[in-house]
Amino acid sequence: MPVMEYIDAIRLAMKEELARDESVFVLGEDVGVKGGVFTTTKGLIDEFGEMRVMDTPLAESAIAGVAIGAAMHGMKPIAEMQYSDFMLPATNQIISEAAKIRYRSNNDWSCPIVIRAPIGGGIFGGLYHSQCPESIFFGTPGLKIVAPFTAYDAKGLLKAAVRDPDPVLFFENKKCYKLIKGEVPEEDYTVPIGVANLLREGQDITVIGYSQPLHFVLQAAEELEREEGITAHVLDLRTLQPLDREAILEAVKTTGKVMIIHEDNKTGGVGAEVSAIIAEECLYDLDAPIMRLCAPDVPAMPISPPMEKFYMLNKDKVKESMRQLALY
Amino acid sequence: MQEQEIISQKNRHEQLGLSDGQVLDMYKYMMLARKYDERNLLLQRAGKINFHVSGIGQEAAQVGAAFALDREQDYFLPYYRDYAFVMAVGMTPRELMLSAFAKAEDPNSGGRQMPGHFGSKRLRIVTGSSPVTTQVPHAVGFALAAKMQKKDFVSFVTFGEGSSNQGDFHEGANFAGVHKLPVIMMCENNQYAISVPLHKQIAGQVSDRALGYGFPGIRVDGNDVLAVYAAVKEARERAVSGEGPTLIEAMMYRLSPHSTSDNDLAYRSKEEVEENWKKDGLITFKQYLIDCGLWNEQQDEDLIAQLNLEIKEATEYADRAPFPKPEDTLRHVYAENEGGN
Repeated sequence: MPVMEYIDAIRLAMKEELARDESVFVLGEDVGVKGGVFTTTKGLIDEFGEMRVMDTPLAESAIAGVAIGAAMHGMKPIAEMQYSDFMLPATNQIISEAAKIRYRSNNDWSCPIVIRAPIGGGIFGGLYHSQCPESIFFGTPGLKIVAPFTAYDAKGLLKAAVRDPDPVLFFENKKCYKLIKGEVPEEDYTVPIGVANLLREGQDITVIGYSQPLHFVLQAAEELEREEGITAHVLDLRTLQPLDREAILEAVKTTGKVMIIHEDNKTGGVGAEVSAIIAEECLYDLDAPIMRLCAPDVPAMPISPPMEKFYMLNKDKVKESMRQLALY
Repeated sequence: MQEQEIISQKNRHEQLGLSDGQVLDMYKYMMLARKYDERNLLLQRAGKINFHVSGIGQEAAQVGAAFALDREQDYFLPYYRDYAFVMAVGMTPRELMLSAFAKAEDPNSGGRQMPGHFGSKRLRIVTGSSPVTTQVPHAVGFALAAKMQKKDFVSFVTFGEGSSNQGDFHEGANFAGVHKLPVIMMCENNQYAISVPLHKQIAGQVSDRALGYGFPGIRVDGNDVLAVYAAVKEARERAVSGEGPTLIEAMMYRLSPHSTSDNDLAYRSKEEVEENWKKDGLITFKQYLIDCGLWNEQQDEDLIAQLNLEIKEATEYADRAPFPKPEDTLRHVYAENEGGN
């Protein structure tokens, strides 16, 4: 099985879906000739042409809104938001329209769109090329939200998103693009939306997270086991909406100590909801208070290197928090 | 002399390729929508329904547009005052009343949405929302799908002049212009965005905005059903022959308050409203038909009686129809089965 980078897995998913189904098309800013600012769509225009890999005007609400209209006539658009920081002009189209089309029409119309948006910092992107806007969309029924961490999941979840009958936000982590590599089958497969994935088994603490911070969690877990004999049970949510409640509860009950981690800021983040689910459903299985390790509650991360470093999670911060939880 | 005038008047619809039967149908839809609208205002005042947002004064443009479109294959993205439009493309008073009463059988939304939020896949009326002008990019998306799927339908979208200030109008228009898509955008300029008059909404002219997007924009008398028919017909011909979008600004006047929750005399004078009633497209078109020898007062009275009966039956049906099951509130957030329904 070939080993490939996370970004190549995303590109391969699009390529396969474009080849499989002629109603699939990609649209966004710079996705065509340039192949995307990160090269995510590189080469697709040569194979599928400019109508199916479409450079759009620089207007995010139209990218989402036109995709929604086309989807209501049987097309399967994959709309790219160049940075998730720039998708807010499309928020009305995503939340007021895409999320509500099936519901408000009493199941007469549907809106099978995929919106891809790169999240995350650590690339000296400053306030507006680094954000994690999951919590803006999280808690909007009608939307599905996925945020893969592994290359395998990136391909399988994107293909599942394209085939899903409802709108899916696909948050890919730009730091993962080149950092994360893994085995990715070249044949067709999907990863089901709504199912979490156990990355690592352990007895002492449970860590629940998604996207790039899991990279630090896995590194820290390996070191903690080797150096201190602390074993961590690590659950990758993969899908943020709908959350895999059963997998969350099972992972918590395995160790009785849980840390929730994400790069989005703490207040009102996905971790708050995961905490609430745990508190509602299995409070008495806990041997320690629920811990959350997230970005600070500041508007977004600054570009200055020491400030960015302060804002971002890293292996040492994660390892220390995991140790503290184990020692509780 | 008088005979010559009648001939030239009569020629107006014949020159447009409309038969006597078609213009009489147009008038009937305009009157049906007017009577439907009036009944809803009464029902709201009587406490039978919660809300009504009126389209009175806008029927001529809506019916003119509907008759110029292909009602067998085009896609329609109406805005909330388009009762006459949706009726002219096939929605019945009974279906609309089911929406007004928020009953389970309402084809627009199963009783979920406010009235005026039209939608019916069967009639190719695309579901709409309340945040205004979000439907313009959707219409562009339908037109893009037509181009990609090599189908020859067009999409037709309406909106008010106030909401033509929204980004979605401009973003959608620009996208459609770049890709020369078969979409017709019709602004129903009724002079008011709730209370804010035209001169406080727009310094220029809505139709002129098309220039910046690279396609024609025309202003037309929205009280003149035949003028709107002609404009939309030409726009449709352009669209299907690959010449791209057209923006039409139909000038009219909102004769009713914004909605049943609005007192319009707080921001405009009775005299102004009365002055505009004289230009009511329904009355002027009736006179045209009489002048053409196609219509008379007795026929008009008979028509109104027949329409009122139809609306009464629709009202009674909707009033008696069952509400949705309360627990159905939980349904249709996502597809319930693999097939996507």
